[in-house]
Amino acid sequence: MKIERVAAVSPLSRAGEVAILVGFLIVAWQLLHYLAGDIAMTTPLQTFRYTARLLVTQDFWVNAAASGQAFAGALAIGLVAGPVIGILFGFHRLSGEVAEPILVALYSIPKVILYPIILLVFGLGLAAEVAFGTLHGIVPVMLFTMNAVRNIKPVLVRTGRALGLSTFAMMRTILLPAALPEIFTGLRIGFSVTLLGTIMSEMFGSKRGLGFLLMQALGVNDVQMIMALTLMLVAFASIANAILMSFERQLYRRT
Amino acid sequence: MKHGFGIREATLVRAALLAVLVAVLEIACRTGLIQRFTMIPPSEMVVSLVRLFQNRDVLADAGQTLLSVFIALACALVAGFAMGVALYAFPRARRIADPLLTTYYSVPVFVFYPLLIVLFGLNAIPKTVIGFLYAVVVMAINTLNGLERVPFVYWKTAQVHHLSRMQTALHLILPCAGPYLFTGAKFAIAYAFVGVIGSEFILSTGGLGYRVSFAYNNFQSDVMYGVILFVLVIVVCINMALYAWERVLMERRGGR
Repeated sequence: MKIERVAAVSPLSRAGEVAILVGFLIVAWQLLHYLAGDIAMTTPLQTFRYTARLLVTQDFWVNAAASGQAFAGALAIGLVAGPVIGILFGFHRLSGEVAEPILVALYSIPKVILYPIILLVFGLGLAAEVAFGTLHGIVPVMLFTMNAVRNIKPVLVRTGRALGLSTFAMMRTILLPAALPEIFTGLRIGFSVTLLGTIMSEMFGSKRGLGFLLMQALGVNDVQMIMALTLMLVAFASIANAILMSFERQLYRRT
Repeated sequence: MKHGFGIREATLVRAALLAVLVAVLEIACRTGLIQRFTMIPPSEMVVSLVRLFQNRDVLADAGQTLLSVFIALACALVAGFAMGVALYAFPRARRIADPLLTTYYSVPVFVFYPLLIVLFGLNAIPKTVIGFLYAVVVMAINTLNGLERVPFVYWKTAQVHHLSRMQTALHLILPCAGPYLFTGAKFAIAYAFVGVIGSEFILSTGGLGYRVSFAYNNFQSDVMYGVILFVLVIVVCINMALYAWERVLMERRGGR
C-alpha cells in the first residue's frame, strides 16, 4: 500500500524535488562565495565555465585516466573477491563469527594510517593505489554479503530441498535471488568507499591522478582548479550513486 | 544454548588466529624475510609505542588530534541531533533533503580538504571541519530514524496524561529513540577520527596523522609503526567499548 503511494508520487515530482535541492545548494554556494570572497572561492557560474574549459584539456584526461585505472583495478578486485569471501563467511558460521568483529574494526579505523605500510610494501605507484582502494572497498562488501547469506530464510532452503534441487539449481534459483538485493547494497557502498580510497591515495605521495591534480592545485593556490575538480568528483560520486541506487530499488521491489 | 557456545568458541579461535598472525610476522621480520625497511617486528612496535610516551612532540600531536576530534564530535552531535529533529518536524524539508542524505556518504569528503585549506588557512580548522562534516550527517540520519520509529501510542499517551512538550520529549521520546541516538553517536565518533586523522595525514602541520606521514617521509620506521599502533589501539578500544555498551543497551530492552 505504502509502496504504491510512493510510486504514484514519483518520478516527476521526485525530479522536481531534486531540482529544488540542487537549486538550494547552488544558492548556498553563491552566498558562501559572497562571504568568503574571490580569493578563497569561485562562484558556481565561474566554476561551471572553468570546468567546461578543463574538460577539453589533455592534462585533465591524462590524470582522469590514471585515476580511472587505479579505481577500476581496486573495484575489480574488491567487487569480485568481496562477495566470494562474504558468501563463504555467510555459509560457514564459525569463520563468519571469527571474522566479523575484525572486519567491523577494520571498517571503522582510519585506514589512511595504514597507507605508509602499503606504500612500503607495494612502492609508490599504481599497485599501492589499487591496494589502498581495495582495502577500503572490500570490507563493506564482505560484511553485507555475509549478512545477506545469513538472512536467507531457512524456509526457502527447505522448499528447495523438498523440490529436490541440485546444489547448482539451489544457488541459481533460490540463494542468489534471495541474497542479491542486500549484496548489491554492499557493492554500492563498496563502490563509493573504493573511490574514496583511490582519491585519498592519490592525494598523498602520488604523481598522477585527479587527487594529485587537486593537491598540485592547492600547492600553487589555483582556486579555480580546486573548485572545478571538487565539483567534478562530487558530481561523479553522486550521479554514480544515484544510478546504483535506482538499480537497488528495483532489486528490492522484485522480492 | 548452542549459539552461546559458538560465540565463545569464535572468540577463542579469533584470539588464536591473531596470535598466530603476529607470531608469523615477528618471525618473518626477525629472519629478514620481511626487510626492516618495510616493517619492524611487532615486538619492537610495542617497544616503540611505549617509548612514545616520553616523546614530547608525539604527545603534543596526540593532544592536538584528540582536541580536534573532540571539537568536531561535539559540534557534530549537537548539530546532527538538531538537524534530525528539524527534518522530523518538517516532512517537506525531509523529502527534499532525502537525496542529499542518501548520497552524502558516497562523496569522498576529503576532496573538500584543499578548498577548506584555502578558506581557513593551513591550521587546525580545516581538519576539524572535515571531521565535523564526516560525523554530522550520520548523527542526523540516526536521530531521524529513531524519531520516526517512536510508536504513535507514545504520543497518544503523552496527550492523555497532559504532558508538556518538554516532559513528552524527556520521558517518552528520548528514551524510546535512545538506542538510535547511541548508534548515531557511535558512528560519529569513528567518523570524526577518520576525518581528522585522514586530513592530518594528507597535509597539515601537526597531529598524529601528520606524525605518521612525517615519519614515513623521513624513514623513521620505529616512530612510524609506534604511532600507527598507538592510533589503532586508541580507536579500536573506543569502538569496542561503544560496541559492548550498545549491546547492553539493546539487551536491556529485549533486543530490537
